[in-house]
Amino acid sequence: MSGFFDIPSDLQHSWAGLIGLHMREALLPVAAGLLLALPLAQVCGRFRWLYPPVLGVTTVLYAIPSLAFFVVLIDYTGQTELTVMIPLALYSLVVLVPAIVDGVRSVPDETLAAATAMGFGPVRRYLQVQLPIAAPAIIAGLRVATASSISLVSVGALIGNQGALGNLLAAAQKYDRPELAVNSVLTMAALAVLCDALLVLLRVLLTPWMPRGGSRRKPAARREELTPEGAVR
Amino acid sequence: MIRIDSVTKRYPDGTVAVDRLSLEIPDRSITVLVGPSGCGKTTTLRMINRMVEPTEGTILLDGEDIQRQPVTTLRRSMGYVIQNAGLFQHRTIVDNIATVPRMLGWGKQRARERAAELMERVGLDTSLAKRYPYQLSGGQQQRVGVARALAADPPVLLMDEPFSAVDPVVRKGLQDELLRIQDELGKTIVFVTHDIDEAITLGTMVAVLREGGRLAQYAPPAELLSTPADGFVEDFLGADRGIRRLSFFPSAPLELTTDAVVPADAPAERIAAVRSPYLLVTDPDGRPLGWAERDRPTAGTIGTIEAIGTGRLLPYGRPFVPGADSLRVALDCAVLSPTGWAVAVDDEGRVTGVVSQQTIGEAIRAAHSAGRAEDEKAAG
Repeated sequence: MSGFFDIPSDLQHSWAGLIGLHMREALLPVAAGLLLALPLAQVCGRFRWLYPPVLGVTTVLYAIPSLAFFVVLIDYTGQTELTVMIPLALYSLVVLVPAIVDGVRSVPDETLAAATAMGFGPVRRYLQVQLPIAAPAIIAGLRVATASSISLVSVGALIGNQGALGNLLAAAQKYDRPELAVNSVLTMAALAVLCDALLVLLRVLLTPWMPRGGSRRKPAARREELTPEGAVR
Repeated sequence: MIRIDSVTKRYPDGTVAVDRLSLEIPDRSITVLVGPSGCGKTTTLRMINRMVEPTEGTILLDGEDIQRQPVTTLRRSMGYVIQNAGLFQHRTIVDNIATVPRMLGWGKQRARERAAELMERVGLDTSLAKRYPYQLSGGQQQRVGVARALAADPPVLLMDEPFSAVDPVVRKGLQDELLRIQDELGKTIVFVTHDIDEAITLGTMVAVLREGGRLAQYAPPAELLSTPADGFVEDFLGADRGIRRLSFFPSAPLELTTDAVVPADAPAERIAAVRSPYLLVTDPDGRPLGWAERDRPTAGTIGTIEAIGTGRLLPYGRPFVPGADSLRVALDCAVLSPTGWAVAVDDEGRVTGVVSQQTIGEAIRAAHSAGRAEDEKAAG
């Protein structure tokens, strides 16, 4: 009756159910953060003067402790999942806006000029040239946002059992079952590692055009020496 | 024809990039805009496809104001090649080249076939089609850039310092390739560079711009070298413009001497009859072997060359081909030759004669005076 995976009934979820809940509370905010960050970053890229103030405001938001954020939100959204997810979405935004802005800015000027000269309009250029080239930087941002979101969900345990796997920490104290705390920590760590691995896989699939490590670059450099005129006739 | 009519580009901060510039860019030839940095050459180029809008003045394409047509239509009718190629790093070579055809609504298959055809035209192996830009050398990337610009067969090609970022050997290869492609396709090319040698090599017409975007001189390269308009152009051309100008004179009129050319198996009397101090020794097919000095014991005084052995001959250096090479090449061959005589050969590499530095010097004087007479005729 007190095994590692036996979850107290007052949590109203099985272990698997808690995992599902945890992923939803962690990943939906990241997705929402990405949806908000894309247009915001585009605006910041266009009007460069806007970027420092946007960065300043989002950084201040990031400095607000999550618990304080939850307490303020309870007045508006109650003790619900939404109260947990809104701060997490904003935290994701803080990480993602600079990631996207820097990624889009990393596109070489020559590439942009060539695209414009070939008759790409601003929208087509953004979607077909700038965003794909920024993909590695965006995914790097998503990795940070996802890992921190998965860990922060557990704080929701303090505002009326909205912490998913984090609720196990409270339950461990309440029922004097330390194995539940170990379960909570290990499961969250495993989820974070798994999500991170999936994002790395996504990046590999999306960017066949990136030089991988140092080993493939070197044969290319050697080829260059063998054909100095650069032509294969 | 592209006609730039007193165009000025002034930025909001008051800087004038281009100042009342007027140019007529002839069809199916290469027009080079050259000048130091800050002379407005790139700005001028970018006004032709409206990446920069002029403050004053108009640009006419085949008699029509370029402001009158939609900007994307205008840009897609002009190929654009930029420094460092500016390839789409996230797309394969074949997809890079097919970009404009795909935007113009060509089918995937047709666009790819066209891309493969262009890869061959610019000297790229089609096995590179599925590679990504990072897997290519700088020179190869630049070739892809040229192929991409040619993809939709635009009548106009705008090239913005396309070969500046590659090493000199690769650059020479790319320049030769561009001239070959231009021979085949006859595009109207506007080419921007800061390298006057490149301008002279490639240009049918060369516009020299000075700081502040003012035109210093607009002339064919030979005229630029012979009669620079002012001190600025003269300085910009550099110290050896006299030598470089020789590139525009053919070596065909040079008077060749055959008296000093002897086969290795020639009898002693034939060698004794040579007047000049040097003999050019050839093999039985007439290909050059090297120089012998008449009064040294390598030849002449003691008998036949065969008896002494050809291993002791002086190297003959680099030969020139009178039909194909310029006076500059002939002079260079004479300067490089240890005897001061240049060796002329035919297409097969057989010796057709030799010529001294002195004779070349006379030919240069003759060519200059002919050039002056022509200039005076043109002026009068």
